Amino acid sequence: MAILVYVENIEGKFKKSAFEVVSYAKAIAQEQSTSVTALSIGNVADEELNKLAAFGASKIVKVDQEQLKQFINKAYAAVIAEAASKEQAHIIVLSNSFSGKGLAPRLAAKLEAGLADGAMELPTFSGNDLQVKKTAFSNKAFATEVITADKKVIAVNPNSHEPVRSEETPVIETLSPSVDAGDLNLVVKDIVRATDKISLPEAEIVVSAGRGMKGPENWAMIEELAEVLGAATACSKPVSDAGWRPHSEHVGQTGIVVSPNLYIAIGISGAIQHLAGVSSSKTIVVINKDPEAPFFKVADYGIVGDALEIVPKLTAAIQAHKAN
Amino acid sequence: MRILVCISHVPDTTSKITFNSDHTEFNQSGVQFIINPYDEIALARAVELTEGTDGSITVINVGDASTEPTIRKALAVGATDAVRIDAAPRDAWFVAKQIAHYASEQSFDLILTGRESIDYNGSQVAALVGELLNIPSVSIVKKFDIQDREITIEREIEGGKEVLSTQLPVVLGTAEGVAEPKIPNMRGIMSARTKSLQVVPAVDVPVLSSISKYESPAPRGQVAMVDEVEQLVNLLHTKAKVL
Ligand SMILES: Cc1cc2nc3c(=O)[nH]c(=O)nc-3n(C[C@H](O)[C@H](O)[C@H](O)COP(=O)(O)OP(=O)(O)OC[C@H]3O[C@@H](n4cnc5c(N)ncnc54)[C@H](O)[C@@H]3O)c2cc1C
Repeated sequence: MAILVYVENIEGKFKKSAFEVVSYAKAIAQEQSTSVTALSIGNVADEELNKLAAFGASKIVKVDQEQLKQFINKAYAAVIAEAASKEQAHIIVLSNSFSGKGLAPRLAAKLEAGLADGAMELPTFSGNDLQVKKTAFSNKAFATEVITADKKVIAVNPNSHEPVRSEETPVIETLSPSVDAGDLNLVVKDIVRATDKISLPEAEIVVSAGRGMKGPENWAMIEELAEVLGAATACSKPVSDAGWRPHSEHVGQTGIVVSPNLYIAIGISGAIQHLAGVSSSKTIVVINKDPEAPFFKVADYGIVGDALEIVPKLTAAIQAHKAN
Repeated sequence: MRILVCISHVPDTTSKITFNSDHTEFNQSGVQFIINPYDEIALARAVELTEGTDGSITVINVGDASTEPTIRKALAVGATDAVRIDAAPRDAWFVAKQIAHYASEQSFDLILTGRESIDYNGSQVAALVGELLNIPSVSIVKKFDIQDREITIEREIEGGKEVLSTQLPVVLGTAEGVAEPKIPNMRGIMSARTKSLQVVPAVDVPVLSSISKYESPAPRGQVAMVDEVEQLVNLLHTKAKVL
């Protein structure tokens, strides 16, 4: 009756979310007086697998088959379901990452499990039922989902659970599932990843800019600020609609939802659709030349003034702070 | 090509989200409902793909009679016909079961949903329908093209994109980039009135989970206005402790 947790890697290295979900599963396991089994699919070295033990995985199951090298949600769901049945796991935890969103529902349907997606806190239990708080209405509200089904899948939002160390002595086992050919009829042809960029959903600091930047030619200063902060860059919807920035950077109700420790909004008005995707950020800084901009109402710190003048000064001030 | 586009009926993006007094239900009074913005993208792409061909677009919605104006709008944008599964959409699992049941009795080449609905944000329906029909599904699709029966799909991954290919049929959850939403014109609006909107009873689905209560986010504190960037950096370091 272990808690099973599926961990994602990128080219053999675990993502930050892997440690978040293991640690999340460990907290549940402690409450349920059981242990955590982590499942890794892909070519990951034992040394890397062992890192999961520091966050509470006492058993690590690795699946390293050539056909499963690339993420194919149909096949991965089948493998996770098989591991869950081997471990007699009734609770399965994974990350609500971009891949997780395509995987968790398939897994839940396979197991006829109840699925809590977008979980933002640890669950509580009453008898056989599990309750967990999740985001709803594009972050304009939260909902408590009660899973009454026997099997339960929880997809945890990135950045919502700090990894907590909990040393275990790990056992690594290999699982060799027989993969159905029909589950592999989707071929991954190419992966293009900007390796020097910080992934937006996982970023702890986000520097975001809007139409107030006037044009794409002014984005260099946004990138410089992000660079000194080790931050990801983001933008408002009209900015990506105009093609100044890629759609993958657009945050908000119809874009990516972020909840970093620090969100810096530059030349963004703070329309309700934009706020929906960023309002769960822990600290919000707003730079806008209009003192009446709605964004100031939800900000922690604000500066009124021209972004084109303030941003380079801010970058320099942070550089000076870091040098100290 | 026969395309099924799944349409969700959601509160307008400017809606204030409030709940009834015991916080168990979303308060619909005074709220405008629209086609889920991501579903508009899916529908627009379906129109592009079938224009000038003998292909067809069926839109499907799981909802009570109040969703019919939303369905008519989808017909006005260019869908060929529509189906409403007559039931309150309890959750994504319920909705996906209805759609999969309907689709299993037809032969669609392509099933499109939005990447998520802006009310419950589950990103679940595309993958659930795929699993229930035992066909591939791809979520958060940024672009796709079809040649013969081979489909090439770009999906979003953290910090980049992945290119996939498979054979039809497939279920895709579409996001921005796939197409620009289309605004219905007068001719579309007129012809939508005479297009077929079939009402089908729902099938039974076991309850696996439910929502017991809602909460609104705690209001944020007062903003601290600062004049100098040095002062801001200092506050972020000493007070907010984020630097
Ligand atoms: C269905 C739908 C979905 C939507 N989804 C989203 C979404 O997910 N995300 C999103 O962001 N938007 C979304 N929007 C759009 C949203 O309503 C706003 O239009 C958008 O957020 C505004 O972007 P902006 O603040 O960059 O631009 P603007 O509204 O043009 O505001 C620019 C701001 O910059 C300030 N400014 C101008 N010049 C300077 C300067 N030199 N220095 C400092 N400040 C300056 C101005 O005072 C103003 O506040 C959606 C809209 C709809 C209808």
